[in-house]
Amino acid sequence: MSKSNPTDRLYSKDHEWVKDNGDGTALVGITDYAQEMLTDIVFVELPPIGKKVAQGEPVAVVESVKSVSDVYAPVGGEVVDVNKTLEDTPELLNRDAFNDGWIAKLKIADADELKSLLSAAAYDALIQEEKH
Amino acid sequence: MDYCPHTPDDITQMQAAVGVNSLEELFADIPQKFRLKQMPDMPASLSEQETLGLMQALSGKNKTPCATLTGAGAYAHFIPAVVGHLVGRAEFYTAYTPYQAEISQGILQAIYEYQTMIARLTGMEVANASMYDGASAMAEAAVLCAKMSNRTRIVVARSVHPQYRQVLQTYSWANGYAVTEIPYAPSGQLDSTALAAVLDDSVAAVIVQSPNFFGCIEDITTVADAAHKCGALLIAGFTDGTSLGILKPAGACGADFVAGEGQSFGNPLNYGGPYLGIFAAREKYLRRIPGRLAGATVDKNGKRGFVLTLQTREQHIRREKATSNICSNEALCALAAGIYLAALGKNLRKLAAVNIYKAQYLKNKLLRLTGWQDVFSTPVYNEFSLRCPDARKVNEKLQNAGMTGAYDLRKDYPELENTLLFCATEVLSKNDMDRVVEIIK
Amino acid sequence: MELIFEISKPGRSAADVSRSDVPVVNVDDVIGKKYLRDELDLPEVAEVDLVRHYTNLSRRNFGVDLGFYPLGSCTMKYNPKLNENAAVLPGFTGLHPEAPDEFAQGSLELMFDMQRLLSGIFGMAEFTLQPAAGAHGELTGVMMIKKYFEKKGEKRRLILIPDAAHGTNPASGALCGFETVTLRSNAEGGVDLEHLESLMTEDVAALMLTNPNTLGLFERNIEKVAAIIHGKGGLLYGDGANANAFLGKTRPGDLGFDVIQLNLHKTFSTPHGCGGPGSGPVGVSAGLVDYLPVPRIIKNDSTYNWSSDFPDTIGRVRAFYGNFNVIVKAYTYIRSLGAEGLTRATEMAVLNANYIKERLKPYFDLPFDRVCMHECVFSGNRQVAENGVHTSDIAKRLIDFGYHPPTIYFPLIVHEAIMIEPTETESKETLDIFCDAMIAIAAEAGENPQRVKDAPLSTPVSRLDEVLAARKPDVCWKRS
Repeated sequence: MSKSNPTDRLYSKDHEWVKDNGDGTALVGITDYAQEMLTDIVFVELPPIGKKVAQGEPVAVVESVKSVSDVYAPVGGEVVDVNKTLEDTPELLNRDAFNDGWIAKLKIADADELKSLLSAAAYDALIQEEKH
Repeated sequence: MDYCPHTPDDITQMQAAVGVNSLEELFADIPQKFRLKQMPDMPASLSEQETLGLMQALSGKNKTPCATLTGAGAYAHFIPAVVGHLVGRAEFYTAYTPYQAEISQGILQAIYEYQTMIARLTGMEVANASMYDGASAMAEAAVLCAKMSNRTRIVVARSVHPQYRQVLQTYSWANGYAVTEIPYAPSGQLDSTALAAVLDDSVAAVIVQSPNFFGCIEDITTVADAAHKCGALLIAGFTDGTSLGILKPAGACGADFVAGEGQSFGNPLNYGGPYLGIFAAREKYLRRIPGRLAGATVDKNGKRGFVLTLQTREQHIRREKATSNICSNEALCALAAGIYLAALGKNLRKLAAVNIYKAQYLKNKLLRLTGWQDVFSTPVYNEFSLRCPDARKVNEKLQNAGMTGAYDLRKDYPELENTLLFCATEVLSKNDMDRVVEIIK
Repeated sequence: MELIFEISKPGRSAADVSRSDVPVVNVDDVIGKKYLRDELDLPEVAEVDLVRHYTNLSRRNFGVDLGFYPLGSCTMKYNPKLNENAAVLPGFTGLHPEAPDEFAQGSLELMFDMQRLLSGIFGMAEFTLQPAAGAHGELTGVMMIKKYFEKKGEKRRLILIPDAAHGTNPASGALCGFETVTLRSNAEGGVDLEHLESLMTEDVAALMLTNPNTLGLFERNIEKVAAIIHGKGGLLYGDGANANAFLGKTRPGDLGFDVIQLNLHKTFSTPHGCGGPGSGPVGVSAGLVDYLPVPRIIKNDSTYNWSSDFPDTIGRVRAFYGNFNVIVKAYTYIRSLGAEGLTRATEMAVLNANYIKERLKPYFDLPFDRVCMHECVFSGNRQVAENGVHTSDIAKRLIDFGYHPPTIYFPLIVHEAIMIEPTETESKETLDIFCDAMIAIAAEAGENPQRVKDAPLSTPVSRLDEVLAARKPDVCWKRS
């Protein structure tokens, strides 16, 4: 059973979430639904600090035993921090994709881009559709 | 010959089950205009006996030399009897790639052991399950370095095997990289001044081979330092793996990758193939290196077992993002190599020493001939380059005596006129070598 | 089983080294200490232990000689022992690749004739035997396509690849600097012609097509496909991995393919060797011959020689000439079978695959219910829906029945794919017993699904932790 999608953040169509910290930065990660589809995650390739990404560009790579997936930046910005715990404990992404399994912290380039993202309810609907 | 077990009865029954009246109906999807009535220009089928006769006649058209004085990338070494018997076991040679680990523990463990032996021999931390050959292994290492660093220049010593450099040129052209060749110094080693002159932040990798094509042992540590100073990686190659029995491995000299030829480890000359690409690296590159990897793990009862691991790097998952497209490799050749290394064990050092004695003996005897000179001053392993009055005449005489002569360096290095590259391994006897000198005199 | 390092004991050895018949020299003096290694860490075992170790390892392996191996897309046909014997004739094995051409006339004639025979079988103008494996051949083929457009002065960036293609296809394209564009399959499993038409422009260098495709289905519209590609000046690349489906029935060259690569270790019966060595010859149409790798064999009257005098060649893709010993085995196979034998092999391979398809289709979902070629693809969807039994579980349970499982989860466009390729060297009895096992497992999946999910139950190790192996890779043994 997927965990429910927290309402304190926004979602992209590619199953990423972004949580606005209110200070011009935001945390970025993948949803619980995404980690379920990927199954056991074995490795996370974190971006270098300082890397600039545009909205929709790959910012990280997540590997499971059977597949590799790009994580796309839900909003554009500059990487100011990464979750180093994921280097030794990639399974954290499976256990707690929404909190301890955050992937990167971005300094948001253009706050307007947040408007193009989905609310928790809209993302819920998207998943329901995908399941059929 | 026909290996299909089907009797006419079988075919009738099966056709009925499938719902066709003739075999031709099964090919209805092929447009009529492209259907063949029969294969054009094909000789008739033969019985087993006739086929073997044909093959014997063909192999009989070859001339087996009574001695081989050429190395140049492929080496005549003695292969212990155990190797052929063990790789000849049908459970090994008729098996497929070990994707189903539970019924492939045999080869997976053998590969894991091979990877371990290669890592130790080369002084590196990890090694893969094999590449096609030394030349393509070296080219793939260069491509990997370029992709990882986003730099597009590869620097390679001219003293690296000419065919390896050609393969590097082809792979580099395909990927849009530039190749810069560095000349050799009068000593026979890579010219470090020339190297320093080209090193800048456009260089992804520097490639050196030791012993190099001339037989000279390179100072890998110095080259590695120079490469690292400009942010480039060092790829070290070798063509005769037995040299690792006694020479300091590239891993202990600062190399980031080792890409060499493993044919010397238990694989026959076979007119050039199949050979064995050896690829080893520092642990930090483990998730980027090409080729298969056997990894240790446990089953659900905690029992040790082995699987192909980190497959997400590979083409069947990464597809266009893979750093290599390698699928089938040289697994059975790697198995032969592992058996060879396990059979010799520490005797590999003795074997390497004997190779050195043989080469020194032949070299000294040849140097006593009038007009013969040493070309390079650097120490050698089992190959060496000598200048003589008439290289073509020397090889003509040797050939007429039924031997494969030495390698004429003028082929690839026009400035090295009348310079021959000799190789002496443990299979060349004192009598053979004395005879060679007599013939040349 | 213990590792070879764990049965090692200092002072033991298996292979010895002859005493030197030439004077011993002081290696420290001759070479210099700075170039010498300190220690040599290799196993030390007696020959009896070495032999037992590897013999016991072999008994934990499964080869075609042991049982049915219906791996789709791998063509695990029987490996004739005649070919093995021919390949180890000393005249072939003992020759150094740099031996004078005069010493190698037999080997040169064999390779030259092999090129000629393959050209005839596949309808191509010329072949190279240099690539060491299918993927290597693909890379070589794509390189020649790149060179073709370079010489024409045309800059084309794209290569089209069907969604059902093997992963080596896009990887090969990317390694030559091309961008890959995915081509959709239609409802029948063939190329979506409309999509192809929309994608084909003068920026497309080639379409890489596997025919029959990875679903085991022949491309019915091949003539139209070739016309669309050629119409805009593109080239048609053929992945010949599935050649066992059409020997003697049609030829890629006649169908419009400009480049094809073969897998001698599939179609031409050379053993897979646990993953190699293989051999991946590449055939080209007349317009691409100039770009073939060098050296190439020249025939003058009845003498053969190597020559590199081909200015437009792509260069080399490996040292020396090819996996010669593998080529000898394939050549022996072709000569012993002849045209009739090769054609019959294809006929029986296709008959066998269709037989299995008919017997299994009541029990497993069949995405494309039409005549297949040498392999058929099922989906495990029914079993997943019923009780959550996946294709991987079915595969593992087949191991308990004494089989190597078929190919699973490929092609990617079929959900829970099971790809079965029996090849022609299997009897009706073998196929029947296999189908009985598959049907029994399907029943088990319905009545006792946990048993299937726990499989394999009869192997030296049970299901292995692949996640651990990928999270904490251990690829090199270390003493604790």
